[in-house]
Amino acid sequence: MIEMPVPDQRIIAKRDDLAARLRRIVPAEQVIHTAEELKAYECDGLNAYRQPPMLVVLPDTTDQVSQIVKLCAAEGVPIVPRGSGTSLAGGSLPTADAVVLGLSRMKDVMDVDYDNRTIRVQTGITNLAVTGAVQPDGFFYAPDPSSQLACAIGGNIAMNSGGAHCLKYGVTTNNLLGVTMVMADGEVLEFGGSFLDEGGYDFLSLICGAEGQLGICTEATLKILPSAEGARPMLFGFETNEVAGEAVAAIIRAGLSPVALEFMDKPAIVVSENFAKAGYPLDVEALLIVEVEGSDEEIDEQLTRIEAVVAPFGPSTVKRSGNDIESAKIWAGRKAAFGAIGQLADYICLDGCVPLSQLPDVLKKTAELADKYDLKVANVFHAGDGNLHPLIMYEANDPDSSRKAEELGADLLRLCVEKDGCLTGEHGVGIEKRELMLTQFNERELRQQMAIKDVFDPAWMLNPAKVFPLSLSTPHLEDRRAA
Amino acid sequence: MTDTPDTEEGIAGIVREAASAVAMPLLLKGGGTRQAMGRPVQAARTLSLAGLDGVTLYEPGELTLVAQAGMTLKALDTLLESENQQLTFEPSDFRALLGSTGEPTFGGAIATAAAGPRRLRMGAARDAVLGVRYVNGQGDILRAGGRVMKNVTGYDIPKLMCGAFGTLGVVTEIGVKVMPKSEIVRTLAIGGLSDGKAISALSAALAMPCDVSAAAHLPETVARELGFSDAATLLRVEGFETQATYRIETLKEALASFGPVEMVESDPWVAIRDVMMFAGDDRAVWRISMKATDAPLLVAALRERIEVEAFYDWGGGLVWLACQEGRDASEGVIRQTLAAYGGHATLIRASDSVRAAVPVFEPEAASIAALSSGLKARFDPAGILNPGRMRP
Repeated sequence: MIEMPVPDQRIIAKRDDLAARLRRIVPAEQVIHTAEELKAYECDGLNAYRQPPMLVVLPDTTDQVSQIVKLCAAEGVPIVPRGSGTSLAGGSLPTADAVVLGLSRMKDVMDVDYDNRTIRVQTGITNLAVTGAVQPDGFFYAPDPSSQLACAIGGNIAMNSGGAHCLKYGVTTNNLLGVTMVMADGEVLEFGGSFLDEGGYDFLSLICGAEGQLGICTEATLKILPSAEGARPMLFGFETNEVAGEAVAAIIRAGLSPVALEFMDKPAIVVSENFAKAGYPLDVEALLIVEVEGSDEEIDEQLTRIEAVVAPFGPSTVKRSGNDIESAKIWAGRKAAFGAIGQLADYICLDGCVPLSQLPDVLKKTAELADKYDLKVANVFHAGDGNLHPLIMYEANDPDSSRKAEELGADLLRLCVEKDGCLTGEHGVGIEKRELMLTQFNERELRQQMAIKDVFDPAWMLNPAKVFPLSLSTPHLEDRRAA
Repeated sequence: MTDTPDTEEGIAGIVREAASAVAMPLLLKGGGTRQAMGRPVQAARTLSLAGLDGVTLYEPGELTLVAQAGMTLKALDTLLESENQQLTFEPSDFRALLGSTGEPTFGGAIATAAAGPRRLRMGAARDAVLGVRYVNGQGDILRAGGRVMKNVTGYDIPKLMCGAFGTLGVVTEIGVKVMPKSEIVRTLAIGGLSDGKAISALSAALAMPCDVSAAAHLPETVARELGFSDAATLLRVEGFETQATYRIETLKEALASFGPVEMVESDPWVAIRDVMMFAGDDRAVWRISMKATDAPLLVAALRERIEVEAFYDWGGGLVWLACQEGRDASEGVIRQTLAAYGGHATLIRASDSVRAAVPVFEPEAASIAALSSGLKARFDPAGILNPGRMRP
């Protein structure tokens, strides 16, 4: 089990006073304080861990966020920022002595500028709503995490979210031009703007992916791109994971740039096919879905080239979509995969990343480790960038099964690090991978990262107890308080 | 005195020695071709990265390259060329512009965030960087990021190092994402447009799903330097055969109202990347990053006050300006005028005395400046790495 720091009773004692003062900043109904309502904020997508916060506050404006942060700073109350609460890493898991600052009411589109291809939004807006705002005019926002219907841009910035299409268009950090950020002392600062580079140090790079620990982003300027005329996938089945992995590398090396390159292993294929009836072959070990975009002719040209590059690897199934109906069918199984697995069992979705060349070996070792723990693991992931999402199936009600699932997860992430990869490609560290950070970095390296937090948030009040192992951050904070 | 260690440990040793000595700052140097960028550094000792010039890893099938900071861009290009690949951010070569000699290095391109025209489509150095090894100001050898394509494991220090001009650490090794070269690369041009019309044309082109990989506008006097007879509004289109042909036709049609769209035989992009049109004279050169549609307005407003020559890259989002150097390279006028639009101006070329006298980088608001000083103090507590390069 992942430990959280012992809540500070002196802070909890101030709860009612704090609630009253928060009600002077936002309308009373936007301060949530009853046990029943606080329960809705007790966890995020990592729902094995639950802890209702002391209070929740839902501001409407940057100015209100600033006043809330000032109040909490003056009272020494930690703040856990929250977008939509879809983090799979416990990025917005509260502590009992924290105020959750929820962005859910801050959903405005403030400006759309097609000539400069930017959109300015409040960060509580969902990822999909950003695309929704510009789609009628032929534009889209590129990062597309699979939770895009629900997840907020604020959370995307915090975790530097990716998605299936980041192979071509990059992740959040590559599509973020500027933010308005409320600092740990409540001051409101602007970073970047509606232009391509920052002057001076690249603060946006630090802010994006800092899991809400350096400040609370309330508004953001994002790049938007012209939508492709169309997109169509192709499906390949292979007899081994190794060959499928080699085919992926060959596609990339050949200079073909698919917008998505998804991989499913046998357990994932079987579960998805039973659920979605997408017509996937059941006699293969691995499936690749390769999608390209452009005009019809462009798509055909690219798919023909991809087919030719893959041919030497002897795919046992080759299906090429010729129209929207066939495309939907090819994607149906992939899109249903998580839901289908969710119907069979509880699952933990991991997020390690490995170099492509290590894929076959990592998949082999994943199966061995799963056998060792007597658990089932399905793999559905973004193969083009080596971002694995092993789904560990377990029984949440069975403590032994939960413990084994967590241990297997840790082993699998250690395996990614051993293979020259990393703990997390797009979900973030949160609490989930916090203690594993020492397998990726040494103490000195983590201390240099913690020093950045010191600069932005000297008292460590923003989303504390995340990202850094408690064994390092607790003494670090004690030293700072003593000094 | 110049030290050229050939190991990371050697670098760390020198940094530790400098950190423990009284006032022993280090000037960091790659190929030495960009030393005239930023503010002049006062340092008795030079630490050269030229001894660290190896390739650690190149996996063409993973679009991944990891190489040491002292490797020359020339060697790197040759290596990538052998697999028909290239760097994504098209780093500039400022030897002609800055009148320097030597070979530009990988580390220098990263430290100065030297992105060229392709920055528009593929991002800057920071967008390509996957991981770094670096020596902080205390002589610790540290890693950040990694070599995989997606990584949110800890704060993104690798990107922070891009454009930090060696003031936060001595970057010894960099991992980047690389990209395939396109089968077909073509340049389209529209002649004779005013600056305002030209930026509208570029915006219209960039709103089409044609993956335009570069978009620039050269007003008449600048265009003549590259052999055009009139102002030239330029687009670079790439792709496979059918794809490129389709994209070219689509753009021609979309831009027809701006004038005839011609195919250009010569490649103007290297000259644009390297700002060759301003090389070989003694004017001050500014690089301004701003909103594309405001760029022609800024240039027009400046023309009312001072004599400037300008051209536009990144669809208008990057303005290159040349003006009389004088005592202050017109810093006051340029920054004051820019303030009405938003953006930032960096003085890229001027004499040492001018670069010491005026802020080379856009002055920061007090709170942002405090964050910058805070970062500097946490990465380089003794203040020995390129002191004064970015701020006094």
